Formats: sequence, structure tokens, C-alpha cells
Amino acid sequence: MLSIRNLSVSIGGKTILNRFSLEVKEGEIHAIMGPNGTGKSTLASVIAGRELFDVDEGEIIYRGQNLLEMSPELRAREGIFLGFQYPVEIPGVSMANFMRTAINEKRKHYGLEPLTGAEFLKIMEEKKKLVEIQSALTSRSVNEGFSGGEKKKNEIFQMALLEPRLAILDETDSGLDIDALKVVANGVNKLRRKDNATVVITHYQRLLDYIVPDFVHVLFDGRIVKSGGKELAMELEEKGYDWVRREADARV
Amino acid sequence: METKIHHNPITDQLLALYQEHGGEIRAQATPLVNRLRQNAMARFREHGFPSTSQESWRFTNLEPLLSTEFVFDFENRSRSMDIDKIFTCDVYDLDTFSVTLLNGWFVYKQAPLTRLPDGTIIGSLARAMEVYPDLIDRYLGRAAKMERSGLAALNTLFLQDGLFVYVPEGVVLEKPIQLINIVDSKVPVFLQPRHLVIAEKGAEATLVHCDHSLTHKVSFTNTVMELFAEPGAVIDHYKIQNKGRNSGLVTSTYIQQKQDSRVHTGIITLNGGFTKNIIEATLLQPGCRSDHSGLYLVDSNQHVDNQLYIDHAAPDCTSDQLYKGVLDDEAKAVFSGKVMVRRDAQRTLAYQNNKNLLLTDDARANTQPHLEIYADDVKCSHGATVGQLDPEAMFYLRSRGLCERTARQLMMYAFAVEIINRISIEALRQRLDHMVEKRLRGELSICDQCMLHCNSKEPTTFNIDLSQL
Repeated sequence: MLSIRNLSVSIGGKTILNRFSLEVKEGEIHAIMGPNGTGKSTLASVIAGRELFDVDEGEIIYRGQNLLEMSPELRAREGIFLGFQYPVEIPGVSMANFMRTAINEKRKHYGLEPLTGAEFLKIMEEKKKLVEIQSALTSRSVNEGFSGGEKKKNEIFQMALLEPRLAILDETDSGLDIDALKVVANGVNKLRRKDNATVVITHYQRLLDYIVPDFVHVLFDGRIVKSGGKELAMELEEKGYDWVRREADARV
Repeated sequence: METKIHHNPITDQLLALYQEHGGEIRAQATPLVNRLRQNAMARFREHGFPSTSQESWRFTNLEPLLSTEFVFDFENRSRSMDIDKIFTCDVYDLDTFSVTLLNGWFVYKQAPLTRLPDGTIIGSLARAMEVYPDLIDRYLGRAAKMERSGLAALNTLFLQDGLFVYVPEGVVLEKPIQLINIVDSKVPVFLQPRHLVIAEKGAEATLVHCDHSLTHKVSFTNTVMELFAEPGAVIDHYKIQNKGRNSGLVTSTYIQQKQDSRVHTGIITLNGGFTKNIIEATLLQPGCRSDHSGLYLVDSNQHVDNQLYIDHAAPDCTSDQLYKGVLDDEAKAVFSGKVMVRRDAQRTLAYQNNKNLLLTDDARANTQPHLEIYADDVKCSHGATVGQLDPEAMFYLRSRGLCERTARQLMMYAFAVEIINRISIEALRQRLDHMVEKRLRGELSICDQCMLHCNSKEPTTFNIDLSQL
């Protein structure tokens, strides 16, 4: 589904991703872990299409298409979803209006009729239940005045509505208490299907107690230095990142 | 009778015009009003038209507009005409007591002046000067600041007609009063309507004031409105401006507020041409609340200027100004808001804010919030921003599949809706909400509410000979 090959990305001449490669197949959950400042969020942003970065080399192939040539909105309509680490507050834009517009733009892309107000409301109610979010949130402005937990739940709610093929969750667990964390993880698990994939970016192992990954990768200085199964996350929790760093350094 | 005047020096020509037509102009007015004109003439002679050398007119130049050869009309020609055939307001569900001014003159639909069973009087100012001279003399000219404004003086010098509203003590008007101001002429007209609104003790009234132009000819309107809120009165005054590109409009609204009165003005400029709105509110007694909101959505080379002056002359009053604008193409916006807190006006709360969104590099916003405070126990804030759409928010919206255009529109709408949400009349709010959305999609023209469809391909559904108006 997603194939990143030798991707090097810089911002203002500073290399952030350095010949990064990753393969994600349908039905898989990948966890990308690593200390702060190693390029995790940059990876998420580049996949979603943020134009802040220079791609110096490499390619991203998503379902046979050259992703780097696609606009952010086209990527979204083709099924890519980024769960933001810091969801943006947009005063005055109601959640419901935003999501209805987003769904209908996607439907238009696939040649489908737009949802009527009633149809949309029905779907919205279903998804609210699925991700256990309070109904009040959808009548408010996008993320405006939401607590940290509400913002993250709202990302999962949007994910549920947009039904992405590939979801990238950027530090969705940061700043969450255990209850909110469970809600977020439950949402991700319920939305899991054979034909979609999720990349979970996280600093801590904690989230992986609830979202069980098929693969865990450790990102260091802009590239993956170690990959393994879910047990790698446990090992990291126990031994810390220095252990991987030493191992990586030893190899060089 | 029509009289042509030439510009330059337009001030002298206007004074000469008054000498010539003073008889007609004075005919319907009360002796006191006519005496007021003497002072008006002196003040106008002194000030003339505002020029860009004045601070409050620095960015707004009337000169090009005044270089037109205008036509004046000192006689009401619209009395017998059926205004519904020319213009129908299409704000559905907006149940109002509706009156129309055509080229500055009151359109007599049934009666020039209506007295409702509760004592409320709504109608033509010209007529009110004949029927209720005492009321007129008690208020007219008491709020307008002729000593500071040549335009207010000029309007007073020539004042003949406009809207008159009197709401007696304790009466709460259930229906809003809607004033539809139409400019429709084959020749460039210079109009000076004068409005007087009086809300007695505890009275409540809502006014919706719509400025439309049906003509694409140049016109210049110099409107003065005086609004009196007696103790405990509540007045909501909304102005909807959707004017043709060649129209010039200066509105001066002078508000006088007494104890515990509440006044809210909202000005929505959807298409400006050349527009300047001046609001001066004097809070004479304690406990007043004076809120002023504005929204302007302008493009091409439209120019809109909002100038406010809130005078806190008494303690314990609150004022709030919030003006927001979206500017596209080479549009220009000017905001100058001044709050004066006099020495006795302790415990004043005064806020003012102006926010501008510029969509192009050529759009310009000049904003000058200004506080002048002589009391020591006050809480005042002011702020101004001129900026672009938040790129973070744009990316957020696009990352959910919204194209750039839709994302922009959604954000511009979000920016604008804060002002719309302050409108207290549900039907008007919904309608404006829709109009703003349309305007931001670039789909609202000035002809939208006009039945003549002169600019569109749709055929005119009926024929009116406009020269008869």
C-alpha cells in the first residue's frame, strides 16, 4: 500500500529524514518510535503533503501512485489520513460543516452524489458512538476550546468519518490520560479492517498496550535503525533508546 | 425642479444652491429647524467637505467622487409610485414594518406617517415636521456634531426628508422597522436624507437599514441619522450595504444615550463602491451599553471606511467595537475607532478591535484604534490585526480533503460569521449568513436582491419606465 524508498527530506538545508525506507501493507499496524527530534513528525507531515519541506531524494509510492506529486487534498481523498499531534483550532468553522464538506469532496472525487444533511447526520451519530465522543463536540467550532484529550478524540472521530485506507497517527497519545488513551486506542482498533493500514507514531510504549502493532520501527537521526515485532516496544520501554543508539553506532 | 451644479469649488456652489432654493427647502420644516440651518450654513462654510489633510479622512478621498456633475432634487417625486414594483426585499420571513426612501425621499405607500395603536410613529420626516413639530424641535439636531463635521452641517442645511421614528415610553416594538434606501436615477444624484429615531424611556426598537442602488450611475449620498436612547431604552440598528460600484455613500450616525440604555449597531457592507460610515455615540449618563459591530467584504477597487467615536461622558458605561473585514483584489479598508473616556467616566469598560484579512498583496487595510483616557479607574483594550489566512489551519482543512478554494471560503466565512452572530433578528441573521457565504464564493452581486436583473441574462419580468421616477 505504502512504499517509501530512500526518502531524504530537509528543511532550510537541514536534513531531517535521511534515506528513510518503509513498507506498509494492507491490514498492518506499524509503530514508529524514537526519541524527540528524530524526524517522526516530519515523516507524518511529508506523507500528508505539507509543503514546508524539501524532498531531496527518494520516493513515496502509495497504491501505485507517486504520492509526492499529489496535493494534500488529493492524498486525503485517495484515503490518506493524518491524525495531528497538535490539531489546529479553527474558530467559526463548525465540526459538522467541516466534516460534511470533507466527506462530500471525497464522494465527488469518486463520482458519488453528496450526502444529504439527514444522511450525514445519521453517519455522524453512528461514528460518534463508535469512538465514544460527546455529541456536544460536533456542534462546536473545530477544536476550539477543546481540551487536549478532546482534540485527540476528535482526530479519531474524523478518522472514523473519513474511513481512510492509510492512517498516520502522529503522537496521538501525547498528553492523554489513561481513559482518553483507551478511547483513542479503541477507536483505532474498531476501525481496523483487512484493507486498511495504520502507522502509529509514538514516543512511549504505553499506547502500544492498547493498539497492538504488527511491526515496530525505531527511528533515529532520520532513518529506521531497528525493526521488530511488538516485543521490540517492550524492550525499548525496559532498556530505553540509548540501547538502540549504541547498537546502531556499533554497526557503523 | 432639478438643478445642476458643477464642482469646484463645490462648497460655494452648494451654498449658492441653497440661496436659490432655500424657499422650497424650508417650506415644510419647523421654524426651529430652519434656524438650525443658519448655524449649519456657517459650519459648512467653515469646514467645507472633509479633505485628506484631516486625520479621520487621511485615507479616504472624497474629491474624485465630488468632481461629478450632480443633480439635486428639492421635491418629492416618488409619492404616488408603487415601490413594490421596483424593489422587493427578499429576506423571507423578515416580518417588518417596512418603509422606503427613493433617492432620499420618503415613498408614500399608504400614508406618509403611521401612528400605531401603542403610540409609535413611523414615517416621513418631512411630514413629521408638520404634524409633530414639538417632537422634532426637542430632538432634531441635538446629537449631530455640526461643529466638527462639514458633512453633518451640509446635511442639516439641506435637510428635507428621511425616516422618522418615535417609540413612546415603555413600548416594545415587536416588528423591526426596515428602511430601504434606494438610489435609482438616470443622472448622477446628490442625496442627503436625514433620519431621526427616538426611543423614549424603556422603549425597545430594532431598525434594519438597507442601502441599495439600482443604478450603475454615479451617486453621492450624505446621510445623517440621529438616534436618541432615553433611559432604559434599547435600540438595535443594523445597516446592510450592498451598493453599486459607482455609488458613493457617507453615513453619519449620531447616537445619544441616557441612563442604562443599550444601543447596538451592526454594519454589514457586502459591496461598498465607496462607503464611509461614521458612528459617534455619546454616553451621557451612567449604566449605558454601546456595542458596535461591523463586517465588510470588499473586492475590486471598492473602498470602505469605518470611523467610530465613542464618548464615555458618564461613569459605569460599557462600549465594545468589533469590526472585521475581508479584502480581495485592490480593495481598501480604513478603520479608525476612538474611545474617549472623560474624567468623570470612572469604571468605564471599553473594548475595540479591528481585524482584517487580506487576500492579495494589493489589498490595503489602514487601521487605527485609539484610546484617550482621562479617568483613572477604567478597563480599556484595543487591538488591530491585518493578516492572511492561517496556513496551519489551511493545511488542516486540506489534509481532510478540502480543496484550497473551499478551505479558504470556509475560513473566510468563519472569520465573518462572528459579526453575523451578533445580529439579534433570527431571519435577518440567517439571510445574511447565506448572503455572506454567497459573497465569499463570489456569487453575490448588487443585483441579487433587485428585481430588474439589469446585469443578468434573465429577462426583466415587467417594464417600468425609470425616467418616470
